[in-house]
Amino acid sequence: METEWPGRWDHLQKIVERGGPFAHPDFDPSPEILSFLKETCKILVIGAGGLGCELLKDLAFMGFSDIHVIDMDTIDVSNLNRQFLFRAKDVGKAKADCAAAFINARVPGCRVTPHYAKIQDFDESFYRDFHIVVCGLDSIIARRWINGMLISLLRYEDGELDQTSLIPMVDGGTEGFKGNARVILPSLTACVECTLGFYPPQINFPLCTIAHTPRLPEHCIEFVRILLWPKEEPFGAGVSIDGDDPKHIQWILEKSQERANEYNISGITYRLTQGVVKRIMPAVASTNAVIAAACATEVFKIATSCCLSLNNYMNFNDTNGVYTYTFEAERLEDCLACSNKPQAMNFSEADKLQDVLTYLQENSTLQMKTPGITTSVGGKNKTLYMQTVKSIEAKTRENLKLSLKELGLEDGQELYVADVTTPNTLTFQLRLATTMDNS
Amino acid sequence: MATQRKGGTLDKNNKYDRQLRLWGDHGQSSLETARVCLINASATGTEILKNLILPGIGSFTILDGNKVQGEDVGNNFFLMADSIGKSRAQVTTELLSELNEDVSGDFLEENVDDLLQKNPAFFTSFTTVIATQLPERTLLNLGKVLWSVNIPLLVCRCYGFIGYLRVVIKEHTIIESHPDNFHEDLRLDYPFKGLKDFCDSLNLEAMDKKDHSHTPWLVLLYKYLQVWEEQHGGKMPKNFKEKNAFKELIRQGVRKNEHGVPEDEENFDEAIKSVNSSLHSTAIPSEIKSLFEDPACLKLNSESKNFWIMVRALKEFTETDGNGFLPLRGSIPDMTADSERYIQLQTVYREQAELDSVAVAGHVHALLHNIGRDEPLNPHTVRDSQEGSISDSEIKTFCRNSAFLTVLRTRSLEEEYSAETANTEELGRHVMMEEEEDASDEGDDTVLYILLRAVDRFFTEYTRYPGYFNNTVEADIPKLKACLTKLIHDWGLTAGIKDDYIQEMCRYGASELHTVSAFMGGVAAQEVIKLVTGQFVPINNTFIYNGQRQTSTTIKL
Repeated sequence: METEWPGRWDHLQKIVERGGPFAHPDFDPSPEILSFLKETCKILVIGAGGLGCELLKDLAFMGFSDIHVIDMDTIDVSNLNRQFLFRAKDVGKAKADCAAAFINARVPGCRVTPHYAKIQDFDESFYRDFHIVVCGLDSIIARRWINGMLISLLRYEDGELDQTSLIPMVDGGTEGFKGNARVILPSLTACVECTLGFYPPQINFPLCTIAHTPRLPEHCIEFVRILLWPKEEPFGAGVSIDGDDPKHIQWILEKSQERANEYNISGITYRLTQGVVKRIMPAVASTNAVIAAACATEVFKIATSCCLSLNNYMNFNDTNGVYTYTFEAERLEDCLACSNKPQAMNFSEADKLQDVLTYLQENSTLQMKTPGITTSVGGKNKTLYMQTVKSIEAKTRENLKLSLKELGLEDGQELYVADVTTPNTLTFQLRLATTMDNS
Repeated sequence: MATQRKGGTLDKNNKYDRQLRLWGDHGQSSLETARVCLINASATGTEILKNLILPGIGSFTILDGNKVQGEDVGNNFFLMADSIGKSRAQVTTELLSELNEDVSGDFLEENVDDLLQKNPAFFTSFTTVIATQLPERTLLNLGKVLWSVNIPLLVCRCYGFIGYLRVVIKEHTIIESHPDNFHEDLRLDYPFKGLKDFCDSLNLEAMDKKDHSHTPWLVLLYKYLQVWEEQHGGKMPKNFKEKNAFKELIRQGVRKNEHGVPEDEENFDEAIKSVNSSLHSTAIPSEIKSLFEDPACLKLNSESKNFWIMVRALKEFTETDGNGFLPLRGSIPDMTADSERYIQLQTVYREQAELDSVAVAGHVHALLHNIGRDEPLNPHTVRDSQEGSISDSEIKTFCRNSAFLTVLRTRSLEEEYSAETANTEELGRHVMMEEEEDASDEGDDTVLYILLRAVDRFFTEYTRYPGYFNNTVEADIPKLKACLTKLIHDWGLTAGIKDDYIQEMCRYGASELHTVSAFMGGVAAQEVIKLVTGQFVPINNTFIYNGQRQTSTTIKL
């Protein structure tokens, strides 16, 4: 395949080979910048879905040639309305593989390396190799994890950051007609954990509403999903709901309809049922195109210094006209991930381990999912509670009911917390207030 | 069940699931019957089409007389190295068509100016026309042709880090604007009979503990408003102080246990929380009132759009059956309540909304009769959008959205480009702003529009863009500055624009960066979808994207 032809880079060359008054102070226009993009610069794209497909195309046309892409998903029919590197014949195949093959065939000289895997399957040595990481994810947990990974790669010498260890992260997100793009320079600008408040915690219907006082069709569907399915096991013992299996959705639809009829509730449809069961977010090609393009523009700016980077967050919404809002998200002074400050947890001796667990899950700056807590007693590791391994959960479950005093924990003791939201074990210093309360 | 839509080899319900949740089956049907024309298959042009073909637009036609150049393949995803020298219209049509087997694509390899001369009717056969990278004169000619028949025109261009989008449409009416934020329509200040009857049938004092704590907050607000109004001469709590006092009144109603400690009653908490948002006075929004005075509403004729007939019916409803109010929306938010009473309350609202919508329908039918549209039209005459009758479901949707109706009328390109009618007031404001020292930190990108106009003037004069060739970048700076000065002078303005901007425009040299095209491709495609579905609100009328700062501005020009 012919990889160069006259005029191929004309558009880009004007930008990188000519100086301009708005360029980054470090900008030194020269043909070498394009060579750097084509030969040296290594980019990691996380996600090969709605944003990922766009990102790969955008980066390939901005001169980037060494691109890796990670995605753990396979292609579904409902992806085809926006994930334009996939066709009907690709349904069921790995997204990363298909996307990479398409770009490599279409854009001469571009080498996209696919990884049909989870981000957690790779370690520091893998991530350290990239110049810039771009995320097109729909999962907050994955975003938090990669954010933690890039922070853990930072090296300091005599308290000074080694600039070569810093890998910028460009992050995009979309939902329906809304989206955002941001640039994170780990430890220098606001990171994902600094701005956890931007992601409102998922709201679930109260169980008592679902069980006793349903009012909305959604309540009826949740009743069937959460309470009836495990009880009736309609497709055999231990078979859990597959939101993509029409037989499963049909069963839930029918049972939800029965329950809705009982309470005179209207509005149950197949689409709603599947939407509730799979927690489907609406998505459209245009928003993904916009956000991915903004992200790729930022990657290009960082890699070339051709102009100043976004500082550091842009919101987009085109429901009513086209609206953007660009602002500087602020760093959280004692950010759990990027502040480099020891974290303290204040409890009293009478508080139970369950209280610590709840704090880790519900505190708005922590929002952990399934935290495991260990500590060190007499130089030995002691697991206080861990729920990710069933047998250990069973053994440590009783600890939750014990007070911190009963567990033998002391003021100043270090607690080590592991969670899916971070690749690193976090250290908290326990500050224990003694209590006169004897209960 | 959703309607079955089969096409190609895939179930469209599945394929389009994620977008059907945004614009519904009816929006999808409109999209699937739309015919768009793209003039010039530039990178920007094909990116726009891509985002229309993926969601399933009916058909597209590419008009482009150019042969593929090396630089085109460098920024356009829908061209390949072996396309160089071939028809750009043909190659892009072929590669775009692969995106969606349900969409039919077509092309015409011809010069736009020639076609505008020979066969202007070609352009009026489309639902929407999209133009990219057209010179000023061609654009104005095209604008004239489409304006006269009210076909929307989108003009999109990308220039360095600048994106530009202009929507040109004489009139576009929107029933389903899908506002992000809105007040619920609860009528607590003017309760209708059904609501009164239902609330009056409930006696809080006589309820057992469970019923008391499961009485919907809407009912609680109704009950305590009665108490309040009795104490305050029939007036609702208006200001902050009164609303707080009213909240306290509700709080006093919480049941207490035998020790005098208030019980946990979530419905009372919700009632207190809802005071601020639910006690606004019911009124016809000023935007809707101005529609009632619009000549299109006041002077109906047999050619009137269904929208205006319904607006007129709405106006008549508010003046008669509606007692000064719009039809009830008929929905209530979810709230803590037992199933039975919540559903009863919901039914009360639904039934009143149904009654209102039937009343509006009565006006609609009378109006149709008056303008001679009540007879089914001769099935052999083909009429465009304004078919004879108006269905009940159409009227229902209209009533449900009557507080959010929107009419978009942009200015024409002619008005924008003629020195006499240009919006110099707005432009002048921005020229001034840019004069100030640290203006580059300000959040407005209108200056980029002025620079694009200057670049066009440069093109008219020199038949090339400033900085297009490497060896003229420096020399073009004073030339572009002269064009800019003349342009600003023609507008009758005096101030100038910082030289930095002029230099930056010469750096761009008409380059079309792929990511800027992709950004604008998303924005422009969504505006087309808004126009063909009649849902959501398009821009009025110019959108400027600043890719350097990731900011944007919308301005009426």
